[in-house]
Amino acid sequence: MTEHDHDHSHDHPHEPVTNGEVPAAAARVRALEELLVEKDVVSRDDIRQRIDWLVSRSPTDGARLVARAWIDEDFRIRLLEDAHAAALEVGLDPGPSPIVVALENTPDVHHLVVCTLCSCYPKALLGPPPDWYKSIPYRSRAVSDPRGVLHEFGLDLADDIELRVVDSTADIRYLVVPERPAGTETMSEEALAALVTRDSMIGVARAISPSAVPL
Amino acid sequence: MTFRAGQLVRIAARKHEGHHRTPDYLKGKSGKIERVHGSFTNPETRAYGTDGLPLETLYLVGFDQPDLWPRYASKAKDRLLVDVYEHWLEAT
Repeated sequence: MTEHDHDHSHDHPHEPVTNGEVPAAAARVRALEELLVEKDVVSRDDIRQRIDWLVSRSPTDGARLVARAWIDEDFRIRLLEDAHAAALEVGLDPGPSPIVVALENTPDVHHLVVCTLCSCYPKALLGPPPDWYKSIPYRSRAVSDPRGVLHEFGLDLADDIELRVVDSTADIRYLVVPERPAGTETMSEEALAALVTRDSMIGVARAISPSAVPL
Repeated sequence: MTFRAGQLVRIAARKHEGHHRTPDYLKGKSGKIERVHGSFTNPETRAYGTDGLPLETLYLVGFDQPDLWPRYASKAKDRLLVDVYEHWLEAT
């Protein structure tokens, strides 16, 4: 999907304004699509259904898993053991990857997820990845200068916190379980889930602190 | 399954033309097996239209950041964890 950043609004989609040239990557994708359809590898309906599935996913599913783990210790253990099974247990679609690993942030350890080779991402639980996740600067600097990257996202980690960057290069999908913020002891599971943002499940931010939520 | 969690390994330094899932920045570096994920089809052959068999064991391998980046700017014990298929691993 194409995002455009001009500031007027209207209710119909259109191609972004360009100088008339189709970007090379878009031309390549279109050519591949034509060939795959022509050779009967996929149908146009398959492609439409996959896009439909992708845009129907959102970080609220991942947030449900995290909030449940915050209030239910047995579920937390099962989630850390096997996040694929834990998602199925609460009726969520864990996606096509057979193994989903939940990485728990603690006062001593912080996890950050990147895919340096492409853009592997737990789409079933978080929806489509943000553009910056797919960008070359994030993909290269998240491994070589992760503290600098986190600083730019507004997260400064103390030196005594161990930062673990996970480069998701293969068949496994990773979901960060952020720390439960202080002052949330009396909150409902649903209210807790609203504190769990997409960025906190990638690891570039902490969960929202309830004192920061406008009443 | 050749390796087990806790074992020290080195990522093969060989070059590879075409599709593979082992990032260049790891080639020749030493790390430790963190997890044994299980068996998966081989993306290097699957990418070219085969069934990807025989299955390859996939491992999560951990590295100390200063071992990867000489100018890594931190006193912290930061680590990098990467999924690597068995045929890229060497015993040390």
